[in-house]
Amino acid sequence: MNRQTAPAPKPGDYKSGVHPVWCPGCGDFAVLAAITRALAKLQLPKHEVALVSGIGCSGRIPAYLDVYGFHGLHGRALPVATGLKLSRPELTVLAAGGDGDIYSIGAAHFVHACRRNPDITLIVMDNRVYGMTKGQPSPTSEPDFAAALQPEGPHVPPVNGLLLALSAGATFVARAFSGHVDALAEMIIAGIEHPGFAVIEVLSPCPTFRPEQTQWKRQVEDDVFKPASSLQEAMAQVISAPELGTGIVWQTTRPAAEHIPAPPADHAAVMREITQAFLP
Amino acid sequence: MPGTRRESLSLALTGSGGTGMISAGELLLRACARIGLYGLQTRSVGPQIRGGESAALLRIAHYPVEAHDDAFHVLFAADWQNFERFAGEITLADDVVVITDEAATDIPRVVRAHAADIRHLPLHAIAREHKARINMVGLGLLGHLLRLTEEELADIIHWFFTRKGRQQFIEPSIAAMRAGFALAEPMLEEVPSLRTTPDAARAQAKAGRRWLISGNQAVATGFLQAGGRFVAGYPITPATDMLEWLAARLPQLGGQLVQAEDELAAINMVLGASYGGIPAMTATSGPGFSLMAEGIGLGVMAEIPALIVDVQRIGPSTGIPTKSEQGDLQLALCGTHGDAPHLVIAPDCINDAIRTTAWALHLAEKLQCPAVLLSDQKLGQMLSVIDAPEGMPPWKAERETVAACETGDYRRFALTDSGISPVALPGAKGCMHTIDGLEHDEAALPSSKVEDHAAQLEKRWRKLQQMEEWPEEEMRHWADCIGTGEVCIITFGSSAGPAREAIRLAADMGLHARHISMRLLFPPQKKRLHKLLEGVKRLIVVEQTHSGQFLHYLKAHYELPEVVISCRRPGPKPITPQQVLRALREACTVDAKLTERVCT
Repeated sequence: MNRQTAPAPKPGDYKSGVHPVWCPGCGDFAVLAAITRALAKLQLPKHEVALVSGIGCSGRIPAYLDVYGFHGLHGRALPVATGLKLSRPELTVLAAGGDGDIYSIGAAHFVHACRRNPDITLIVMDNRVYGMTKGQPSPTSEPDFAAALQPEGPHVPPVNGLLLALSAGATFVARAFSGHVDALAEMIIAGIEHPGFAVIEVLSPCPTFRPEQTQWKRQVEDDVFKPASSLQEAMAQVISAPELGTGIVWQTTRPAAEHIPAPPADHAAVMREITQAFLP
Repeated sequence: MPGTRRESLSLALTGSGGTGMISAGELLLRACARIGLYGLQTRSVGPQIRGGESAALLRIAHYPVEAHDDAFHVLFAADWQNFERFAGEITLADDVVVITDEAATDIPRVVRAHAADIRHLPLHAIAREHKARINMVGLGLLGHLLRLTEEELADIIHWFFTRKGRQQFIEPSIAAMRAGFALAEPMLEEVPSLRTTPDAARAQAKAGRRWLISGNQAVATGFLQAGGRFVAGYPITPATDMLEWLAARLPQLGGQLVQAEDELAAINMVLGASYGGIPAMTATSGPGFSLMAEGIGLGVMAEIPALIVDVQRIGPSTGIPTKSEQGDLQLALCGTHGDAPHLVIAPDCINDAIRTTAWALHLAEKLQCPAVLLSDQKLGQMLSVIDAPEGMPPWKAERETVAACETGDYRRFALTDSGISPVALPGAKGCMHTIDGLEHDEAALPSSKVEDHAAQLEKRWRKLQQMEEWPEEEMRHWADCIGTGEVCIITFGSSAGPAREAIRLAADMGLHARHISMRLLFPPQKKRLHKLLEGVKRLIVVEQTHSGQFLHYLKAHYELPEVVISCRRPGPKPITPQQVLRALREACTVDAKLTERVCT
């Protein structure tokens, strides 16, 4: 309405002022900062943005933003976001979750959201550990990551989220590093502007339970992915890329599977027509 | 008794896969509805994906019927393969007429021992001669016994194949029907018959005053009528046909159905769409309902309206997916973790399902709370001829909303007197907040404080508990009470049908009793039920469970009369009016003390 006259929002305007529960040095602070920068750069009115999350350290992020937030159940951010986007297509809908949230308990929803292609931007905050429950191996943990719950380590290959997204039909697949906030913000902007389901896996270190990840800032290789011209090429890039490589690897367009049409002008008339079929 | 006229006639059509017994039953029911008769059909099918044995169980009457009779008067068996699988559901009347093929040599002992009148007829030969299916021979034969005319039956065959786009079957099917019709001629004298349909009833049917509708369709209609526009669901027997029916009709009303990847997704999609402001529901059965429990709890905590329809089937686990029981009652009441007050509502017949579903959606939206609607396989998949509703139910999905906030201090969970806090939907300017499965304060900020939990918990209870104080005209739909007397039958859901008929049968014998059918099960309406129970000395609790879940619910929440008799039976054999009548007569005559007996 008065978007022209109101002063342009700055990144700080998108913060709620609620103090995060995260540990000092947590990569999630930078993800929060990148989201606010992206929203400010796009000049999105705060009330027209919704962020849906699940459970875990990542799940806390909506409360720290001054947008519409939904902190739901462990693993179920994507179904909630899908329902919301269907009912309110004019909103910018983001979903956020951790590696456990999205690739373990919510893995089925991740696969089917990729297939359905709703216009939602998903940010997977990957720290390869269950932080909120204090340090259990996650689906992206290394096979030898030993912890109290699995003293020998999980000894199974980690989930490759990008490969999973590609094979499930996601139309935008990328990886970023939380330490490079501007690059991450640009990636989130690209995801929001992408007309479909955008998967952005963010390497987001956990200094508390995975202190070795503080070295990621020296190990990350930026822009190793180049937007591929075929799915085969995209998969090949993901398979051969360095473990901590970032960039957009795949972007294509495909209509979303579902939409809610406009209601009829005369509800009662349509009901009469529908119930006519009950005449024997 | 040969030759006597009956008020209602029960017919069972059985056969193996491909004999088309279910279709024949539906066509008979439709033809009866067209001439003003009432009736119902349930089906009993085996676990096969396609084919396998199946039975169409019909009851045709001059008055609306909601339940099967005690016994079947006509049994038409296309063949006897696997008949034993549902023999326990088909009690034969003493004067039953059994119609079977002339070549049948495998009539089960249970049938031979019981039936004096077994007619061997050239059913298969006629079907072969006319290159038609045996169900068309049966349609003619049984239609004649029901005093339908050949023209009426030909019309229904025409309608059936035209709708399917298979016009080439019309002529041979009509020929087979006519041959079957002729076969019934010698039986008319001896087979119990219905009275001729009254002219007034014919006129009513002609004027479109009858509907042929299933319980699942009725629930779906109530949802659409109240303004429901989003459905997410996962296929599960016996709820799938409701989802399919909705999928075809929602787009006409500005709605959409999403086939979710599982029930966890379905309930969370519903919560997401409802959070966006669109009235939403899911439909499922026991196994799926169990999976939705966590989502229902989120709906309670975050105060999001949602309608969850549980078309109950026999459990636990996979149980008997195609057959009915009322065993999810306690799950519906208490199935979520924590203290999670939510609405539990049960429609009590097909006609009522339209109204009650609209009411449930209305209440869910008004109270910002999930509502569980307890249907069951019997009610959901029963196809019934009903009086077309005089008007559509008045209830609409309406949520109290806030359009915009000026000062930025919007409190999503404000502690109001009613417990209902006006909601700012996403998009409302200046009211941004995060709703949460975490306990929270009034401003929706996560809180683990003693006082916030106490205040918010109490608020969530209060908004439901205040319903007890709502004016009578708003709450009239919570329960029905018919009849008078010191003996009272109480039911919820589909058990009301046989109870209502038992009350009428008892009245004919000079026994006067009451019947209370409860729709609103949670929150309990203590004052209202106690008022309905005034003067009642003996209460008969009728339910289709093994353990008496409804009895235990009543004992937990209400002060009951001194003598309480539990009349219960597990599925799949339905509770019948005669069974309830026996319990009623016993309660009226025997000096019964508190008993928990199993009805037979």
